[in-house]
Amino acid sequence: MRAALAILAKDLRIEWRTRESVSGVFVMGVLLLVVFSIAHDARPDAAPALLPAVLWVTFVFTGLPAVQRAFLLERENDCLAGLLTAPLDPGALYAGKCAANVVVLAATQAVVVPLAGLFLHVDLLPGLPGLVLVLLLGNLGVAALGTLFAAVAARTRARDLLLPLLLLPLLVPLLIGAVTATRTVLDAGVGAALPGLRVLAAFDVVFGVAGWLLFGYVVRD
Amino acid sequence: MSSATEMRRLLPAATCVTMLAALWLVFMVVPTEREMGIVQRIFYFHVASAWMAFIGFFLVAGASAVYLWNGSAGADRIAAASAEVGVLFCSLVLVTGPIWARPVWGVWWTWDPRLTMTVILWAIYASYLMLRAFGGEDDAVRRYAAVLGIVGVLDVPIIMVSVRLLRGMHPAVIARNEGGSGLVDPSMRWALAVSGLAFVLLGAWLIALRARTARLADELAMLREETG
Repeated sequence: MRAALAILAKDLRIEWRTRESVSGVFVMGVLLLVVFSIAHDARPDAAPALLPAVLWVTFVFTGLPAVQRAFLLERENDCLAGLLTAPLDPGALYAGKCAANVVVLAATQAVVVPLAGLFLHVDLLPGLPGLVLVLLLGNLGVAALGTLFAAVAARTRARDLLLPLLLLPLLVPLLIGAVTATRTVLDAGVGAALPGLRVLAAFDVVFGVAGWLLFGYVVRD
Repeated sequence: MSSATEMRRLLPAATCVTMLAALWLVFMVVPTEREMGIVQRIFYFHVASAWMAFIGFFLVAGASAVYLWNGSAGADRIAAASAEVGVLFCSLVLVTGPIWARPVWGVWWTWDPRLTMTVILWAIYASYLMLRAFGGEDDAVRRYAAVLGIVGVLDVPIIMVSVRLLRGMHPAVIARNEGGSGLVDPSMRWALAVSGLAFVLLGAWLIALRARTARLADELAMLREETG
C-alpha cells in the first residue's frame, strides 16, 4: 500500500513538473471534439443526441496516449528495471501506476466533458452527480486495462499502433455501458442508468483484479 | 509419442468421414426450410463454425493459463494455434452469417447483440495474432500473449451482458435464429450435430497441425543454434 502510494506520488510529481500529458490531452481533446462536430455537421437540435458517443470516443482516444506515456517514461534510463529491483510487489506497482492513470484520465475527462457539453449544446449541470459516477467508473475501467496493456505495448515494436489495437476491442463492453449509462443519466437520472452502471462496475472489478494478478507476468524479465 | 502419432493419423480420417457425412445430411437428407428456402442450409456450417470458434478461444485462455503457470512451450504453441484457428472459424461465421442474413433479414449486417459479440471477439483474437506477429519470437511476448488470451476470455461474459444494452434488438429475429422455427424436422438436428462434430474435428486437426509445425520450427531453430 505504501509502495503503491509512493509510485503514485512519483508519477504525479513527474507529471506536475513536465505537464506534458495534461497539455497534450487538452489540445488533443479540443481537436477531436472539433473534428467530430465538423464531421457530423449536426443541427443544434440534433447535436445533444450525439453527446454520449462523442464524449466517450474522444475520452478514449485522448486518454490512451496519456496512459501509454506513463510507461514510456519508465523506459527512459531503464527506470522500470530499477523499480523491479526494488523490494516491491508487482501488484503494488500496478496499483500505483493505475492510480496515477486514474488521475491523468480524470484530468482528461475534466477537459473533454465540459467542452463536449459546450460544443454539442447540452447543459450537463442538472445531471452532474450521476454523470460524475459514470465518468469515474468508466475512468477506472480504462485505467485498469490501460495500465496492463500499456506495459505490454511499451515493450514491443510498433507500440503506438499496438496499444489501441489491443485495448479497443477489450474496451467495447465498457464503451457500450458508458454510452448507454451517460445517455440515461442525462435523460432520466441515475436510477434508470443502473443496467449500464452495473456493466461498468463489473468491468472495473474483473479487470482491476485481473490486472493486479497478471501484471507480474508482464513486467517480469 | 505413439499415441500422438496415432492421433495424427486418426484425426484427418475422422474429419474427412464426418465432413462427408455432414455434407450428405445437409444437401441430400435435410428438407428445405419452408420460409427461408435453400439459403437456410448455410446455417449448419454457420453454427458449426461458431462452435469451433468458441472452443478455439477458450482453448487459447486455457493453454495461456497453463503457460503462465508452468512455462510449458507446448501450451504456448497450442494457445497460438488455437487463436489462429479460432479467428479462422470466427471469420467463417462472419462471412456465412451475412450470406444468410441478406435474403432473410434484408440486410447484410445489423447490430444485433449476437452479431456484435461475434465481431468483438473476432477483433480481440485478431489483435492477439497481431501482438504475436509484431512481438516476434521472445519469451516476454509469449507471456504478453498469454495475458491477453486470459483477459480476452474474461471479457466474454461482460460483452454478453453489455451488448444487451444496445438498442435496436430484434427479438423476432433472435427467436427465429435460436432454432425455434429452424429445426422442426428431426433430420435437421442430426445434420447440425454431425456438422458441428465435423467442424470441431477439422478445428482440432488444424490446431494439431499448427502446433506441430511450430514445434518443428522451434526444434529447427535450436538445431541451427547448436550447429552454429
